[in-house]
Formats: sequence, C-alpha cells, structure tokens
Amino acid sequence: MPDSAEWAIVLLSLKIGGVAMLAALPVAYALAWALARGRFPGRVLLDGIVHLPLVLPPVVTGWLLLLAFAPNGPVGRWLEAWFGVSVLFRWSGAAIAAAVMALPLMVRAIRLSIEGVDRKLESVARTLGASRARVFWSVTAPLSLPGVLAGMVLGFARALGEFGATITFVSNVPGETATLPLAIYSALQVPGGEASVVRLAGMSVALSLAALVVSEWLARRGGRNVHVL
Amino acid sequence: MSFDIAVTVRLGEAVVGALVPNDGRDAGLTVLFGPSGVGKSSVLNMVAGLLRPAAGHVRVGGRTLFDAAAGIDMPVAERCCGYVFQEPRLFPHRRVAANLRYGMGRGEAPIGYDDIVELLGLRGLLDRWPVTLSGGEAKRVAIGRALLSGARFLLMDEPLASLDRARREEVMATIERLRDALRLPILYVTHDAAEADRLATRIVAM
Repeated sequence: MPDSAEWAIVLLSLKIGGVAMLAALPVAYALAWALARGRFPGRVLLDGIVHLPLVLPPVVTGWLLLLAFAPNGPVGRWLEAWFGVSVLFRWSGAAIAAAVMALPLMVRAIRLSIEGVDRKLESVARTLGASRARVFWSVTAPLSLPGVLAGMVLGFARALGEFGATITFVSNVPGETATLPLAIYSALQVPGGEASVVRLAGMSVALSLAALVVSEWLARRGGRNVHVL
Repeated sequence: MSFDIAVTVRLGEAVVGALVPNDGRDAGLTVLFGPSGVGKSSVLNMVAGLLRPAAGHVRVGGRTLFDAAAGIDMPVAERCCGYVFQEPRLFPHRRVAANLRYGMGRGEAPIGYDDIVELLGLRGLLDRWPVTLSGGEAKRVAIGRALLSGARFLLMDEPLASLDRARREEVMATIERLRDALRLPILYVTHDAAEADRLATRIVAM
C-alpha cells in the first residue's frame, strides 16, 4: 500500500489537476466559441496560438511561462505589485503550467461540440422570443455539454500527466510542485525507489481510469444518448 | 389587416422577392404558392426577422416589423411570430411539455396551454422525448409550441412535407381547425396546388 507521503503526492496531483482544469474551462469554452462561431480577422492566428502548447516541446512552453511569470517578467511583475505573490516554485504555478498544457485539448473537444449544435434550433428559440443570452443557456450550452464533459476529462488527464512544462517552470519541489509524474521521475533517480515507482504509477493509472468512468457516468446520467467515450 | 409584405433580398446570384398586398381582413390563411426553389422560405425568414431584406417593408396586423425606408428592423424575439418550420425543430434535450412551454410568457398567447394540448391531441405525448415522436406528432408539437409563444401570427413552411398520406391528413385537419378556431393571420408556404385550394382563404403566387 502507498505510504502517507505517497498519498500526499496523489492529493497534490488531484488539487493541481483539478484547479488547472476548472480554471482553464471557461477560457477554453470562450476560445472554442470564438473559433467555432467567430468571423474576425486573426482567427487563424488565434487558432494557431491556442494550439501551440500541443506542438511545442513542453520545455519551451515552461520556459516561456518562466519568462512571463519571473519577478521582472510582464505577468510576474504585475502579480508582485498588485497581490504581492509569486507563483514560482508554488503549486499555483504548477496549476498554471498544467492549465496551459490542457487548454488546447479542451478547446478542441468543446469546439467540435459547439460546431455540432444545430443552428436551426437556435433560430427557433429566437422566434419563440428568447434573448441571445437565453438562447445560449437553454440551447447552445446544454447541447454542447458532451463536448464540455469530454474536454474536462481530457484536460484533467492531461493536467495530471503534465511533466515538461511544470519541471521547467516551477521545478520539482516535494509537497509543492512534485505531482505524480515528477515524483515518479524523482523516485526513478533514487536507488531502491522501484517499489515506490510501481505504487505511484499504479495510482496514476487508477486516477485516469476513474476520471473516464466518472465522466461517462455523468454523461449517462444527463441521458439523451450523450457519450464521452 | 393581416399581411402587408413587399420585400426583396439578394441571395448569391438570385434576387428573391415577394409581394403580399394588404387584403383588409384581420385573419385567415394566406397561401404563398410557387414552385420549389423560388425563395418562399426566404420570404418567411424575412417576415420572422431571421433574414434581413435589402429593401421593402413587412407589416402584420398593423404592426411594422421591418421598413427599410423608415429604418425599422424589429428584433426577432419581439416580432411575436409563431414560426412552424419545414422540419419540426424540437429541442432534443427537452421533453414535449418543456418544448411546448419554451416560449410561454411573451405576451398573451391566442390560446391557453390546456386548450392547445386538447386541440392538438398532445395529452399522451407530454412526457415523451422528441426523438420518440412520429413525424406527425412532432409537427403537432411544433405548431403548439409556436402558438403558445404569444404568437400574433403564424408562419408555416410546407408543414405537410415529409409526412406520409395519413399524417398529412391529420396535420391538414389540425391546421383547418386552427384557421377556423383562432383569429390569427397565417402565412402558409406550399408548392402543392390541392393543399393550397383546400386551406387558403387567399392565394398569392410567387
């Protein structure tokens, strides 16, 4: 059985993965909406930027985050001045790295389901007297829910597995930024760490499977032939 | 007056237009008759506000919904039009009852919920999901939903298309009952002469 230090690693991973996924979700939905429905100059460029973390070496993404969030970087300076905080070497920094890496997968899944929403149903809703906001909340959002669930699962799984950007951006600090993949990597460096590696790897598999099963269950509970898997 | 429409719009290469003069009556069923592809559905979309005419005006029951010269273009939601599309377009994630109630609350409906359920024979369908309905049932629900949305007039786009013979008769009888029971102007699009003859109080060719 995993010892208490290993359970702490699992909890930390869940916290970072969950926070990253939930924080990325509204951003992902807004981006997916803009890419699916928007007709504006620079749409292709925006599409490319959103997908960058998917194609860049994660180390490069991590390094770019480091530049941005460093104490004299554009975002880091602002955080320091306004809130007196820094995300470097902190779990919040790990969550930022995970969110950035999860974002493109979430945008892709959500965008597909928004594109799949029948626009004719939206125009019926308008003729029935619905405002733009009501059309969105009563038609577009519920009908794109399968993609949102799929995006949440993919994003969460991606956030749990994040390695390269995290270790580059916020380093491998036990109890703060050392999530499951980083802890497994550390254990591999230590002679006699194999048993720990096996247990941590087992937890990774269990967590990822559980996420998939929960999302499928959520989708079925929502009914109406909605599937994530 | 029921409908007073003169609109044109450019759709790609084609120019679509229609002229429905004011007939001085305040109800009745006006058939917009013409062959497929002449742009009848586009005319309905312009009356509903889903498509913006390049020029002309749309007046229904004395209200000006659109007037290019006067710069009037009433938002879709405020036009109070009950639009029955060619396909039922029911919301797949809402049961029949929730579909019927979707537009309620926008002004006074010409007929109440219970009366509509009775008139259209929907009592047994209320708890069903739209995917489980037959074509005729779905069409009746769509008509009921349009009426309950506080509709001041109805637009019907070939409501009998894609229905088999028995269902056509069922929906046609329903439309006749609506036409006679409610004092509501109806603009009805079809390319079927027999259907037009049977239902129309006047026919406008396109």
